[in-house]
Amino acid sequence: MTTASSAGTTRRDFLFVATGAAAAVGTVFTAWPFISQMNPDASTIAAGAPIEVDLTPIAEGQDIKVFWRGKPIYISHRTKKQIDEARAVPVASLPDPATDQSRVKDGHDQWLVVIGICTHLGCIPIAHEGNYDGFFCPCHGSQYDSSGRIRQGPAPANLPVPPYQFVSDTKIQIG
Amino acid sequence: MSGPSEYQPTHPALKWLERRLPIIGLVHSSFVAYPTPRNLNYWWTFGAILSMMLGVQILTGIILAMHYTPNADLAFKSVESLVRDVNYGWLLRNMHAAGASMFFIAVYIHMFRGLYYGSYKEPREVLWILGVIIYLLMMATGFLGYVLPWGQMSFWGATVITNLFSAVPYVGDSIVTLLWGGYSVGNPTLNRFFSLHYLLPFVIAGVVVLHIWALHVAGQNNPAGVEPKTEKDTVPFTPYATIKDAFGVSCFLLFFAWFIFYMPNYLGDADNYIPANPGVTPAHIVPEWYYLPFYAILRSIPNKLAGVIAMFSAIIVLAFLPWLDSAKTRSSKYRPLAKQFFWIFVVICILLGYLGAQPPEGIYVIAGRILTVCYFGYFLVLLPLLSRIEKPRPLPNSIADDVLSKSGKAVASVAIMFAVAGALFAGSVQNARAEESPVPPSEKWSFAGPFGKYDRGSLQRGLKIYKEVCSSCHGLSYIAFRNLADADGPGYSVAQVAALASEYKIKDGPNDAGDMFDRPGRAADYFPSPFPNDQAARAANGGGLPPDLSLITKARSYERGFPQFIFDFFTQFQEQGPNYVSAILQGFDKKPADVTLPEGTYYNKYFPGHAIKMPKPLSDGQVTFDDGAPATLAQYSHDVTTFLMWAAEPHMEARKRLGLQVFVFLIIFAGLMFWTKKKVWADAH
Ligand code: FES
Repeated sequence: MTTASSAGTTRRDFLFVATGAAAAVGTVFTAWPFISQMNPDASTIAAGAPIEVDLTPIAEGQDIKVFWRGKPIYISHRTKKQIDEARAVPVASLPDPATDQSRVKDGHDQWLVVIGICTHLGCIPIAHEGNYDGFFCPCHGSQYDSSGRIRQGPAPANLPVPPYQFVSDTKIQIG
Repeated sequence: MSGPSEYQPTHPALKWLERRLPIIGLVHSSFVAYPTPRNLNYWWTFGAILSMMLGVQILTGIILAMHYTPNADLAFKSVESLVRDVNYGWLLRNMHAAGASMFFIAVYIHMFRGLYYGSYKEPREVLWILGVIIYLLMMATGFLGYVLPWGQMSFWGATVITNLFSAVPYVGDSIVTLLWGGYSVGNPTLNRFFSLHYLLPFVIAGVVVLHIWALHVAGQNNPAGVEPKTEKDTVPFTPYATIKDAFGVSCFLLFFAWFIFYMPNYLGDADNYIPANPGVTPAHIVPEWYYLPFYAILRSIPNKLAGVIAMFSAIIVLAFLPWLDSAKTRSSKYRPLAKQFFWIFVVICILLGYLGAQPPEGIYVIAGRILTVCYFGYFLVLLPLLSRIEKPRPLPNSIADDVLSKSGKAVASVAIMFAVAGALFAGSVQNARAEESPVPPSEKWSFAGPFGKYDRGSLQRGLKIYKEVCSSCHGLSYIAFRNLADADGPGYSVAQVAALASEYKIKDGPNDAGDMFDRPGRAADYFPSPFPNDQAARAANGGGLPPDLSLITKARSYERGFPQFIFDFFTQFQEQGPNYVSAILQGFDKKPADVTLPEGTYYNKYFPGHAIKMPKPLSDGQVTFDDGAPATLAQYSHDVTTFLMWAAEPHMEARKRLGLQVFVFLIIFAGLMFWTKKKVWADAH
């Protein structure tokens, strides 16, 4: 092969690589809208804005279920007994160690707000059932205590606490 | 159909697979080693372009179906939310809608190419007939898809086309009822159309496989129309045909992108931005451009049944082409008479298409009849006759000879010109409102053109006018308060939007007691409509229904006429809607003495028929602006129209921005493809 023709080959290879690279880049950028459209759309995101919940109608020992972003949120007005139980258990012995204090808002110890979705496979646990004065998941028998912490069964983690704050003593904003 | 080199896998795993399922070998022999005539011109790349378009339509269609609701009450709104709220929803919808037209442009070029080069002749009859079947399926799919957005043209197109079947003697009405699933076009019709529209593309894909199979059995035809004899006549499909097709495809993508990003509504009909209304037929029903020649044939025959038969025959006759034209010479290049008549036939088709878009009256009907006779005459009289009397010119000995004596080399630019011409023609028919009203003057809009942007000040003033004036009668129901804070919108902050929203009372509920209640608006709420329902709106407005304004600037248009519409394609003029809306606002005038107006109407220069039920809504000094803009009617009209244009197309700036990026990329890419193609083919010559 002469020098001239090998220079030609290099130039040609460069052209092929450049074209191939452009095609690859174009494909990747084209794919993006097709993937991105699967994400929640603007109206879904807007509908997921924070909601306010009035706590006055919830008597001690009762709880309500509200929906936020399509998820059931349990708001429990805990009794003294439930709070004491939750605080008596040694944290280290829990499968997913967390103190009860870390799961409620300071000064509002009677209010437990958790996302009511079992951390096992997503069923909705039933309140006031099970051996721990908390929640019982009928799907595969996970049991949560009065602080929403996993105590028994296949679920790996405590019921998560959604972001929320007290707007006043009787009103919370979730989200 | 084996190529020059058999596929011999070397890797043990591939060997293993090949012995059990020789699929790689099949792909290799069909798309790599497959010998393709070396003299194919760019008209042949439309096969690849069509394959790509089928893929694009299926892919975008599957995605649109993820967001679409096939319900008569929700369909229109679901398309609007797709376009407004889904990430890149506007892009995917434009791709699918413009894609349908691109698909048809490509298929028509592909068919005319087959016609010109005699690609239907022995031994390719089955190949051709499969193509006709694909074309029929495409027409059905296109029609079904056009119904889905459930706008006025969708609804009335569905009504008119399904009623074609009522022409069938005795059982016609039963067939139509069967198609509708009701006593008229309605929700059941929409549901089944959606189902079938989803199904048919896969049927098309199946027939395409047969089409390609038949192609690979018979081998490709070529511009010379002589069969390859020696190896010198062919080149392997890959890389030669692949790279050439890829270059053709990248040029076609440029053309396609022009519509997606800059002229998304050029090929559409403004009426389809009005939700379906079974009580009002649009003044002028026009099918999509790709049906127009057949629609013209239908209308030119004064008998209902005969018209329907003629229309279907016009397509079916294509299937008999291999036997109607029995000339031995394939390519019209060597048939001096057939060549001329071919071009005459192309013109006949285009003229028929033009007539299909015109009102069926006077000269148009007569011209339609003459051209219908010409259309059938071409197939049934001319082609059989020509094949007997014509003296063809001598054929080249072989394809290699043809390549060496290259005379009229068809280049890509011809293909592009043809495509542009097709699109222009298509655009010419988009909206043929025959009105005697003066044409609204063209205003200067900040959002016009490829770099157009909304003027924020104008948007904010327009919103103020809407709130203070228009909103007492007109809804804006597709706009949520949150949209006012969107990028590319009027540019309010989230806090400003929350404050604005809270001024509104929104009906919500039911609460725990089961009652509906009013609460202050939130950003996620939509602008509440002034009337609870259409009946209340009519009752309060002397029988007139004030239209919702969310889409008004896209739902109104006027005829631009020939040749203006051609320039519009290049200058990207598409501001008929805003011009019209602004003109209406300024068009209130003293009634000329010779005009009588019905009770309760007002004279407006630009309103079709001049009698508008809306009293003059805006006058000088009515609204005060804080930013020092003049408090004049002209300024008001301009601002509120700008705001309504934004309301109709909130993502316009994103569309144009992305369009620029895509164009830069595609031009570079097409250039690279061109040089790559040249390099690859340098070896072949
Ligand atoms: S989902 Fe709750 S235990 Fe399995």
